[in-house]
Amino acid sequence: MNLFRLFSRPQSAPAARERLQVLLAHDRASTGDSDLVTKLRDEILRAISKHMQVDSEKVSVKLERGIQVSTLIVDVEIPFDAARKAA
Amino acid sequence: MGKVIVVTSGKGGVGKTTSTAALGAALAQNGERVVVVDFDVGLRNLDLVMGAERRVVYDLVNVIQGEAKLTQALIRDKRVETLYLLPASQTRDKENLTPEGVEKVIASLKSAFDWVICDSPAGIERGATLAMRHADVAIVVTNPEVSSVRDSDRIIGLLDSKTLKAENGESMEKHLLLTRYDSARAERGDMLKVDDVLEILSIPLLGIIPESMDVLRASNVGAPVTLADGRSAPAMAYFEAARRLRGEILPVTIPGEKRGFFGKIFGRKAA
Repeated sequence: MNLFRLFSRPQSAPAARERLQVLLAHDRASTGDSDLVTKLRDEILRAISKHMQVDSEKVSVKLERGIQVSTLIVDVEIPFDAARKAA
Repeated sequence: MGKVIVVTSGKGGVGKTTSTAALGAALAQNGERVVVVDFDVGLRNLDLVMGAERRVVYDLVNVIQGEAKLTQALIRDKRVETLYLLPASQTRDKENLTPEGVEKVIASLKSAFDWVICDSPAGIERGATLAMRHADVAIVVTNPEVSSVRDSDRIIGLLDSKTLKAENGESMEKHLLLTRYDSARAERGDMLKVDDVLEILSIPLLGIIPESMDVLRASNVGAPVTLADGRSAPAMAYFEAARRLRGEILPVTIPGEKRGFFGKIFGRKAA
């Protein structure tokens, strides 16, 4: 092995360790409920569509998993006339 | 009454069959009566690793279906006389394994042997859950690699919920067998260390088997590594693990870690 590469390359094991810790915390908590994001997406969509017409293609629901907290990001594009009707 | 051990992992290719054969032989070399049982119906391989592939007449499915007696299906090892193999079927599919049938076979094996070691198929389905169902002790085989650790975590969850012991409210005794460990790579920070895996999975350590050519060499000739070359690094690690299974308290040594300055420079490969 090239000595320069040996010293310049960052260690990869700490990344493996951290990724596993985050992943397993979630795996353990949500076994059997793997479609949680799908459920949330459907319910959120239903709640919004009670009040305005939204295109289901234009809704994005993302889940970002962190060590302490996870963030659920819901991005709904509201068309101009739907917003006006609601106002 | 013998002890039933399941060797399991979730992920395939991490060394379940190698470990089943090596531990089974190590225990039998000490004079104990051992049977290794292949649960991988449809993809049997334990017979090959044990070097008994040409002696298989009847298998586990034949016994369960009542087509053969247990004594007809058991194959006695030619090297160690207290070691036996119960092969899996290569042609039938795993639907032929019934919970009742497995229970009967395990019960008779338990009364005739000191150790019944079940080699689980990969995955988390029927074959794997039936292999672990009657176990008293579980050996979770894990490689120091992210996907293997994740699958082991999943298997630990199943051991704590889907086994008879768990259903009876008892706790399943679980041990970690870390295989294909390369201490040089771990020291360099390019492989998960023993402590990392132990901390994540939090089950006690049974042994560390170094990554080694000797394992492949043993399977090439059809001998458990503890029989093929008892002085090799993986064989010594398996012998130690077998002693721990018997209840001995031994400090776990990390194979290949005590190397001097020159060893570090010139001997990158462990074992």
